Amino acid sequence: MRIELVRRPNPSALYSALSPLLALAITAALGAVMFALLGKAPHLALYSYFIEPLTEVWSIHELLIKAAPLILIAVGLSVCFLSNNWNIGAEGQFIMGAIAGSALPILAPDFQGPLVLPAMLIMGMLGGMAYAAIPAVLKARFNTNEILSSLMLVYVAQLFLDWLVRGPWRNPEGFNFPESRNFHADAILPEIMSSSGRAHYGFVFAIIAALVVWFTLNRTLKGFEIRVLGQSPRAGRFAGFSYTTTVITTFLIAGALAGLAGISEVSGAIGQLRPVISPGYGFTAIIVAFLGRLNPLGIVAAGLVLALSYLGGEAAQITLGVSNKVSNVFQGILLFSVLACDTLIHYRIRIAGPARAE
Amino acid sequence: MRNTTKLMLAAVASFGMAAQAQAADVKACFIYVGPIGDFGWSYQHDQGRLELEEALGDKVETAYLESVPEGADAERAIERFARSGCNIIFTTSFGYMDATNKVAAKFPDVKFEHATGYKRETPNVSTYNSKFYQGRYVQGQIAAKMSEAGVAGYIGSFPIPEVVRGINSFMLGAQSVNPDFAVKVVWANTWFDPGKEADAAKALIDQGVDIITQHTDSTAPMQVAAERGIKAFGQASDMINFGPETQLTAIVDDWGPYYIERVQALLDGTYESVDVWHGMADGNVVMAPYANMPDDVKAMAEETEAAITSGELEPFTGPITKQDGSEWLAEGEQADIGTLLGLNFYVAGVDDQLPQ
Repeated sequence: MRIELVRRPNPSALYSALSPLLALAITAALGAVMFALLGKAPHLALYSYFIEPLTEVWSIHELLIKAAPLILIAVGLSVCFLSNNWNIGAEGQFIMGAIAGSALPILAPDFQGPLVLPAMLIMGMLGGMAYAAIPAVLKARFNTNEILSSLMLVYVAQLFLDWLVRGPWRNPEGFNFPESRNFHADAILPEIMSSSGRAHYGFVFAIIAALVVWFTLNRTLKGFEIRVLGQSPRAGRFAGFSYTTTVITTFLIAGALAGLAGISEVSGAIGQLRPVISPGYGFTAIIVAFLGRLNPLGIVAAGLVLALSYLGGEAAQITLGVSNKVSNVFQGILLFSVLACDTLIHYRIRIAGPARAE
Repeated sequence: MRNTTKLMLAAVASFGMAAQAQAADVKACFIYVGPIGDFGWSYQHDQGRLELEEALGDKVETAYLESVPEGADAERAIERFARSGCNIIFTTSFGYMDATNKVAAKFPDVKFEHATGYKRETPNVSTYNSKFYQGRYVQGQIAAKMSEAGVAGYIGSFPIPEVVRGINSFMLGAQSVNPDFAVKVVWANTWFDPGKEADAAKALIDQGVDIITQHTDSTAPMQVAAERGIKAFGQASDMINFGPETQLTAIVDDWGPYYIERVQALLDGTYESVDVWHGMADGNVVMAPYANMPDDVKAMAEETEAAITSGELEPFTGPITKQDGSEWLAEGEQADIGTLLGLNFYVAGVDDQLPQ
């Protein structure tokens, strides 16, 4: 007996549109069962997950802080993935962007003024681009597998950052602890509305990036090229689109946005370089990109939902006293439901009987 | 429709109950960097939290967040606690230092206690730490007595003063028994990664050490030592269950007394912000039962422990020579706290180059 997935000839347009909501409903139902089994009131658990983080203004600010890097990186990744370039190294590009941008306030702390911040942001983007260029050029020139090369470079970036903050960039006043000096005031990304919370301009960058990339992908020839080469490289080549240019361009876009996310996170939310500056944003963003179905506008929504599940997990730990493992399981249920809904709307399950001997 | 109403009523009722449950006088909240099941650092802080609950009963309510990454997430987690009615918040990792101070500035009425840090930017921030190095001295002495090879392996986490202090103290303890004793160091560059820690232990054993001590939090090195039939010391927590024939002793961080003292002070209205560095004398550094060693070694260890507890013996007392051969402390001179807190050099005899 085998289980097969068979593509539905006419997937329901209604269900396709409702799929995310459906997935959310299934998550809520399964989550309620899980919390009930743990002996927690399910309605309280769901409330603290999905509603409580949205009931206070400061918490909404925190949501935007958490979502900003996810959205920025995922938007860039969507360009890569649509063109069939599997950039798994956004985490490394994020870190290199942060390092490149931070070089200014760390190495030249006396250079202050309104020029510092824009320079840092540009350097951050360039840093991310330069780092993404490595797997891109390797793929375009030597046909190297970009999944491996981009992933391996993540560890190089992490260790490079680690070495910097323990060695040459260590804070001279920091008792030898591994961290850089604190950025001066001109190097801090300002808050959007500092009276109500600490959300910084990183989220604004994320929205702008999503809009620009959406427009590029859907309304320009370049976007068309990217999508055609992704779906059918052969057809793309017949149309005269350059494969190498597209590989490099898409990687550079993803690298620039990951780098921007990195420097925004460091200068907006952390204020210095530390041995670890990302709890895995570059990897989580891959999930966000697919949750948003590689559509930049969908990614904004997906980034917010995933950020909400992190904040909700924290709220649930405090109000219900559940372990953070439970929060992780709950996140897993959410992702699983989304994928299952999408799959089952487009495919149906067929249980094939044992192959008959003729 | 009727069902919906019932559900809503139930919801309202249970919120009421939740509110009632918060009738304790003080709410004490804890933020951990690792999972409470690490059987090391975070586990011990959580044990301290449970001791606190036990000691003060209904007067205290506690809450905790585990596996909170250092960085932007920490600030949010601390602020969430401050807003959720916590009166005192213990942030139990060095990397929470700036986040703790930032949130403390916004909530002057909430008390903040940061473990192992040095920044106290507002009057409501205290810092606390333990003199774990006192226990390292005892371990060094035991190692020098028990080792046949005359070499111990030391698994370090990060080359920060806290860890360097431990290595130096271990070395000094060992030299007090055997002046030629050597220590090999491997940096795991993590606080908690059983795989890496186990690899480090294997590498050290392959280099010929026959005693392992660690400044990382998992039980993996203890388990490797047990497999390979050598002896080891537990870290942060009594790890005897992971090496019944292997563990000589362990430095146990007992945070309970401090947590009880601080919350009691808050209840009594005598709370003041402090910067404390407690040790054996305060019950903060406890040696796990000495095991798997002859009686004379055990007697020596107990004697040293008693001498350190009474203040008679201070591990960092001269003459001590630095690794580069220059003099650090003259005969009878004791290290000052500032140098110890920022310690960034080895004493003579450590077989490693301190990463700079």
